[in-house]
Amino acid sequence: MDVLKDKIDVILSHYDYQVEDLLPILLEVQHESDGRYISESSAMYIADQVKIPYAQISEVITFFSALNSTKKGKYHIEMCNGTVCRVNEKSVIERYLEETLLIKVGETTADGLFTLDHAPCFGACDISPSVRINKKAYGHLTIDKMKSILEKLRGDSDD
Amino acid sequence: MTNKPLITEFFNRYKYDDIEEYIKLGGFSGLTNVISEGKNFAINELKEADIKGRGGAEYPAWRKWLMAKERDGEKVILCNADEGEPGSFKDRDLLNKDPYKVIEGMIIAAYVIGAKRGYIYIREEYDHIRKKFITACDLAKSHGLLGENILDQRFDFDIKVNTGAGAYICGENTALIESMMGKVGRPRLKPPRVGEKGLFGLPTMVNNVETFVCATTVMIHGSAKYCSTGTVNSKGNKVISISGRLKSPGTYEVPFGITVDELINEIGGGPKGEYPIKFIQSGGASGPLIPKSMFHIKYSYEDFEENGFSIGAGSMVVVDEKTELIDYLIAIEEFFKHESCGKCTPCREGLVQVVKILYKIKQKTATLKDMEKLERVSQVMVDASFCGLGVTAPTAIFSALKYYKDELYKDIEMEDIK
Repeated sequence: MDVLKDKIDVILSHYDYQVEDLLPILLEVQHESDGRYISESSAMYIADQVKIPYAQISEVITFFSALNSTKKGKYHIEMCNGTVCRVNEKSVIERYLEETLLIKVGETTADGLFTLDHAPCFGACDISPSVRINKKAYGHLTIDKMKSILEKLRGDSDD
Repeated sequence: MTNKPLITEFFNRYKYDDIEEYIKLGGFSGLTNVISEGKNFAINELKEADIKGRGGAEYPAWRKWLMAKERDGEKVILCNADEGEPGSFKDRDLLNKDPYKVIEGMIIAAYVIGAKRGYIYIREEYDHIRKKFITACDLAKSHGLLGENILDQRFDFDIKVNTGAGAYICGENTALIESMMGKVGRPRLKPPRVGEKGLFGLPTMVNNVETFVCATTVMIHGSAKYCSTGTVNSKGNKVISISGRLKSPGTYEVPFGITVDELINEIGGGPKGEYPIKFIQSGGASGPLIPKSMFHIKYSYEDFEENGFSIGAGSMVVVDEKTELIDYLIAIEEFFKHESCGKCTPCREGLVQVVKILYKIKQKTATLKDMEKLERVSQVMVDASFCGLGVTAPTAIFSALKYYKDELYKDIEMEDIK
């Protein structure tokens, strides 16, 4: 498992192994995982513990956008793909990200540092165009601003 | 705006972890008023204030509360905070800037209908706000406003804070409830409606965040004050999210009856670039486009309905001439294609076809046959989709065909015409 069994046990026991709390359980396990995803083995273990079939947990993980079944980079960049960000020319930011990171939307950089994905509107339209990086929203983006955010993240990961 | 805010009166006046300050401002007086005046008083006040569901369905709140009150046995309250309409973010600010008004509204509702358990389902995208909301609930509990024997009324009520996981469809009540039971968020057949059989199979009264906040406002100030603004059929104020090609996007509280033009140019500060505004989309991605020629109309339920528009959750996306109409339509329908749960054929397959034809229009390869198919498929979605997502997904297309037919047809190959 990508997440230590002990860590999953703590999360499960916090939620009292209740199936009604499957979403927060999965989100927290994902948060604890190195690749910000829920591996097959973690999913199997959780299914077993909350006593639901693996098919059910697998369906839930693949249905919800916030749950990842594949590994993400250290910094998961989600470019808003909603109407407001499109009107506010998010394509300029997206092109810059693709050209700078040398990846396409849906890919991860070779060093495993960045993953670039699309996300539906996450309710930051008042600061559009915006991205979320590891769930934190950044808005009023320009190429310069995006550049300095990336530089800061690169710097942080050198520390 | 010359109007003083009422629904959002406590914005920026206290911090989420300072319940004492909320009480000092007059918070929880709505609850004490209801306790001293009685449950029927509360329902009557809601009726006088004529609050319509603020999540988009526009169903009269008093009727929902009354039906729930008259139902026997255990029942639960659910606050739908899965705000997912693109362009809508007012619930984000209500939860973030005035969490106790949401909590107070849920407590009042629980007292009136006789519920012991309350749930709030906050979208995953607002996770940072959810954490603050949990703290606010804990503080309400330590102040005797949640938990057992609230205000010595032999009334027990507690709130559990749940999370979504990024699915627009979960704004639909039955899908939301499915996802709260460890399942995929797909809508289920109605009846039974959730009011009858919802969460854990119990009668469930679901209201939107703003609806609870409006209820608290009415119970604090009285319906007369609440109704001092607005129009005959749209009373009081509305909290709106306004964004797009505007100088001052944001969450605002505005009186019903203001014109669309005033909303754009006075509240929103007018267009942000050199291009004039072309249209707005009101009520989220599922709402119709409102062309510039209609900006004189009043922002009210009755005026909007008369013209085929919708208030919905109160979002307004402003689009200028720089954006191509077809690109905007593609953005909307790709969103719905992504969010369709896949349960029913009209929605799942219809959206694939709709997006395909829209791209053909963009690439100037669409034929007259394609245009007919676009209308036909859209109509099938309206007539035969299982839930509101599929039914409302083509709304923008119909309004675009109504107001911008020439623009959409300008590159159509006409040789098909027999």
